[in-house]
Amino acid sequence: MKRHTDREYEAELSSLRERVLLMGAKVEEMIQASIRALVERDSALAQAMIEFDHQINRLELETDELCMRVLAKRQPVASDLRFITIALKLVTDLERCGDLAVNICERVLELNEEPPMRSNQGMLLMATAAESMIHDALDAFVQGDPERAQQVIARDKVVNDQYTEMVRGLLTYMMEDPRNIYRATRLQSIGKYLERIGDHATNVAEMVVFMVKGKDIRHLGSRGA
Amino acid sequence: MSEKMKAEALRCWFGKSPALKGVSMPVVAEKVTAIIGPSGCGKSTFIRCLNRMHELVPGARVEGRVLLDGADIYGNGVDPVRVRRRVGMVFQKPNPFPTMSIRDNVLAGPRLNGLSVPDAEELVERTLRRVALWDEVKDVLGRSGTSLSGGQQQRLCIARAIALEPEVVLMDEPCSALDPIATAKVEELIHELGERYTIVIVTHNMQQAARVSHYTAFFYLGELVEYTDTNSLFTKPSDSRTEDYITGRFG
Repeated sequence: MKRHTDREYEAELSSLRERVLLMGAKVEEMIQASIRALVERDSALAQAMIEFDHQINRLELETDELCMRVLAKRQPVASDLRFITIALKLVTDLERCGDLAVNICERVLELNEEPPMRSNQGMLLMATAAESMIHDALDAFVQGDPERAQQVIARDKVVNDQYTEMVRGLLTYMMEDPRNIYRATRLQSIGKYLERIGDHATNVAEMVVFMVKGKDIRHLGSRGA
Repeated sequence: MSEKMKAEALRCWFGKSPALKGVSMPVVAEKVTAIIGPSGCGKSTFIRCLNRMHELVPGARVEGRVLLDGADIYGNGVDPVRVRRRVGMVFQKPNPFPTMSIRDNVLAGPRLNGLSVPDAEELVERTLRRVALWDEVKDVLGRSGTSLSGGQQQRLCIARAIALEPEVVLMDEPCSALDPIATAKVEELIHELGERYTIVIVTHNMQQAARVSHYTAFFYLGELVEYTDTNSLFTKPSDSRTEDYITGRFG
């Protein structure tokens, strides 16, 4: 796309894009680290990630402020308007992902007080799937690639199915031995957090489709004719 | 949605240089249509063709058709003065007749057209109310029109245009000489008049087009690039030249 005649405006938009990407990169890092803390039973890492969330929150505030400023000063239209409104919404989803990673770490801290349970292969698969959804949704955002975004949306079902499968496994554990209940419910929560991260990635991907094509693909079933 | 006017393959020239290169678009009845585009794109020329004012310029020439209620205003035997009575115009710079009072400015149209005005006072009040100027000028109707502020003068010019009860009102940059408050008042007025009259407004101010119009046409180099409803044009234009122009990526 051509550059703006006004260079300062162009710089504001690039700075906004960079800030959203930085936030996305930090969220990905948090999700990865929180799962590593689970697998490696690393309480120090879990604690560090809970602290790290402040950086995400600060980036959300900065991005919101920058969007407000551009809206007030430039009255953006067309693709610029779609980009800015999407950035405003996208950071909310990213910030929620950061919160969910914090929730994972909180459950990890609780689990690490208990003896280890049998390793859960399903959880790792799910974590990888959810984290790669966020990664690809952000890539689609950077490259303005609606096909890639559509693929992310399709993958949400995979994560949902993995979660259902994992809950079934955990139920079996709990029925086998009531002493597993405390840990199994923690693991089930972590699974739910990952499933929610997949949902947020889907939101981001839907926004990318809107940003590029100007076509809203959300809630297609609930529109009047 | 009915078409009040329609340009069909409209081409026109100033001497040998083409100003419009085949423009076809409708003007929807009782809606506001905005024409945007950079200087020299043909937007003012276009609206001047809609009431046969373009031909008043020496050496100017028009081809194609302009339909008003389905009849070509360039057809044989059509009286341009009658066309202009049905399709009025408001200009960039407020231009009340300087030697006339506020009252006489309102009445100028009907009088110059030789129409009888049975109840002049009623027409003056009704028209000035319609342009939201009555309360501000009702006690000074005998004063010169040029004694008013710029914004008031422009509303007086709009009053003068609509006193003839035209069917279409063309406005050529009606707010470009006004301050933001006067602009807001004129925009509010355009919005209200748009429910009763068919309005075509040429503007350099894209936000203004976005605010006041229902339909927007983007002209570039004498061609119509895109015509669509205003909401779509400013959120999702379909032509990349429109996108570049409205987002400020031109030149």
